Amino acid sequence: MPSAELVQEAARQMVICNACRYCEGYCAVFPAMELRRAFAAPDLTYLANLCFDCRDCYYACQYAPPHEFAVNVPRVFAELRADTYRDYSWPRLLAGLYRRSGLAGGLISAASVAAVLFLVLVLRGPGVLLSAHVGPGAFYRVVPYAAMVLPAVAISLFGLAALLGGAARFWRDTGGSLREMLDGRALLRATADAFTLRYLGGGGAGCNYPDEGFSQARRWLHHLVFYGFLLDLAATTVAAGYDHLLGWPAPYPLLSAPVILGTLGGIMLVAGTVGLLVLKWRSDPAPAERRMVAMDVAFLLVLLLTSVTGLLLLALRETGAMGVLLAIHLGMVAALFVTLPYGKFAHLVYRYAALIRSAIEQARA
Amino acid sequence: MSIPRRSYDVVVVGGGNAALCAAMTAQRAGAAVLLLEAAPEAVRGGNSRHTRDIRYVHDRASAFVTGPYTAEEFWEDLQRVTGGETDEALARLTIAESADLGDWMPAHGVRWQQPLKGTLHLARTNAFFLGGGKAMVNAYYDTARKRGVEILYEAEVQGLNVDDGLFHSAVVARGGASGEVRAKAVVVASGGFEANIPWLKEYWGEAADHFVIRGTPYNQGRLLKELLAHGARAVGNPREFHAVAVDARAPKFDGGIVTRLDSVPFGIVVNREACRFYDEGEDFWPKRYAIWGGLIARQPGQIAYSIVDARGAGRFMPSVFPPLEARSVGDLADLLGLDARALVATVEAFNRSVRPGAFDPSRLDDCRTEGLEPPKSHWALPVDQPPFWAYPVRPGITFTYLGVTVNRQAQVVLQDGQPAPNIFAAGEVMAGNILGRGYLAGFGLTIGTVFGRIAGREAARHAVR
Repeated sequence: MPSAELVQEAARQMVICNACRYCEGYCAVFPAMELRRAFAAPDLTYLANLCFDCRDCYYACQYAPPHEFAVNVPRVFAELRADTYRDYSWPRLLAGLYRRSGLAGGLISAASVAAVLFLVLVLRGPGVLLSAHVGPGAFYRVVPYAAMVLPAVAISLFGLAALLGGAARFWRDTGGSLREMLDGRALLRATADAFTLRYLGGGGAGCNYPDEGFSQARRWLHHLVFYGFLLDLAATTVAAGYDHLLGWPAPYPLLSAPVILGTLGGIMLVAGTVGLLVLKWRSDPAPAERRMVAMDVAFLLVLLLTSVTGLLLLALRETGAMGVLLAIHLGMVAALFVTLPYGKFAHLVYRYAALIRSAIEQARA
Repeated sequence: MSIPRRSYDVVVVGGGNAALCAAMTAQRAGAAVLLLEAAPEAVRGGNSRHTRDIRYVHDRASAFVTGPYTAEEFWEDLQRVTGGETDEALARLTIAESADLGDWMPAHGVRWQQPLKGTLHLARTNAFFLGGGKAMVNAYYDTARKRGVEILYEAEVQGLNVDDGLFHSAVVARGGASGEVRAKAVVVASGGFEANIPWLKEYWGEAADHFVIRGTPYNQGRLLKELLAHGARAVGNPREFHAVAVDARAPKFDGGIVTRLDSVPFGIVVNREACRFYDEGEDFWPKRYAIWGGLIARQPGQIAYSIVDARGAGRFMPSVFPPLEARSVGDLADLLGLDARALVATVEAFNRSVRPGAFDPSRLDDCRTEGLEPPKSHWALPVDQPPFWAYPVRPGITFTYLGVTVNRQAQVVLQDGQPAPNIFAAGEVMAGNILGRGYLAGFGLTIGTVFGRIAGREAARHAVR
């Protein structure tokens, strides 16, 4: 649970916002706030996860510091969200990863890459690792089929279960029944809002990011990351289909669906993550929260390294570097998926749940 | 911090809506413009920071207003609230020139708020800007800066060098330094004097120590005093201000919208003697809330207590400060430091006089008192259901009415009736010409925007010709 001080501070700010309401046109948070008179921990957790951190309300606020009311909603909500990701992660044993997300991301990535390299080296020998392999099944000559597929499936299923479990507990704690979640209209609304990043649009103006000026940059860069990620998932799914259903193992020609989707996705991911890192570097620290920044940077870097190693593997797959690059790339992919439920990626499920709750509430109001 | 040595076409004194509109308009007309804002950048924008919406003429509904608002209706509203204390020519000019604001403001960076759900959050006469007044001020500063207006913060104008009604330069203090800024014309848009407690004391005595100032502490009226000293003709009653009931726990300055209290029609209001002193249900709150600041300013100690019971709780906008709560009226009096017997007697007398009726806050209902002085004319329900809530309230001053007389060109008019050729005024410092009394929501911004633009245009015309 968030600390009593944090809950009290967030509630104090919401009482001020609720008596003002000037920001109600920016996003979903303020209309949701207006439906409430009192702000207990579950209300605040819900509102915080509905916040996209666009920061429009911070720069528009006549009560922001140096005013004695010191209203800074993006910051206090970022603190609450960091607590949400920690509190709803499963198993609880791993919640500690949130405390040092930068260190955890770095160590897990390094360990994962080292483990794959070590296993290939020991089990297949340096000759396999360092020589060129071409033609159908080339990748499997470096890492055998079962060794590639079985850990991937296990890690993904575990991550999915951990995230869904967290989302379900979040949903229940913020006052919803599971039946209520199956509201077609609300699901549609929330899905549209999520896929368009509507609330990084700040009521049409864009967000105040990286500074006081309005910009759609963050929204577009986030789109690049999100849709790039989806394209890479699609590439993997198509490749799995070719392999399992058509008996056509990787690598695939440059003009095949998996390579085109994967390359496009990889380039979008590189552009998006680099862009977001640059924005973050330049952003105003006043409305930001330290733990959340660390989480963002760790996740973006792991995504970036995964994409870069994937693109490098594609470029050099017919050379002697392929074996090492494949091992490194698979190590990064494993690290990415291992850390998904214990890093910034988790925002996806909680924010989506909050958007559904908001759609249900607003339809009722 | 430095003070520029070069000379400008137009220097604008002030940093709120009127000043920004003047600066942007003068710059567009080809003038080299310097804007001098006394406040630091973080709290720039004067009282405009606290605004929310603007009143303007429009002939049809749009995405931002629910219906037409004609110039004639606008004029009738103004006449009604001012009781005729308005310069008709200037008022009609303001109204007529407000007709293009729906387009002009977005062209200068302001964004209108879209309806959130149906038209629930829209009004007919006024349009709401996205994010409120500080967002509007930010947009104007951004536009002004990008277009080439020079802006200095923490630049306090201490005086104007004026000979025979002709402006030469402004004396500016900034950090430890001070210097003279020369310009061909000056626009004074630096607000009223409501934050100047010693000045208020000239009219109100020690009572002024108990006033809460809802807006910027930078409205000291220095330039208003300076213009009057240079022979400008005064307008507006110097003793009068617009004041609402605000929570007595509000900060002394800059508490803005959130300290306002809307509980009055749903209970009773007593003074320090635990006596009622005015009809709490005289008319709809939006029409009447503006008189309560003045009423409380005239009570002993400039304090009053708005009391509601369980029936009234939850019927008004949530307040930023929690109510003081007790299970009985006597306990509530102890909590407030009032004479318990006196408060119980006041509440019992009120409850006895309440006539049965059909309570309906959406209309002037028939729930009223009988044989009570002062009466409560509407929404009178007995105050007898615990818990009892009280909010201590004080006068919260929004703006002062005293200003300088201007003509249709926004030129300051001197004692002899002649306009000063290159001294212009806009905003609260001249609003008393048009709003001599009373209050009309969102109209201060209308005056500031229209006269800011006129002053900017005419100052540039004078300087660049």
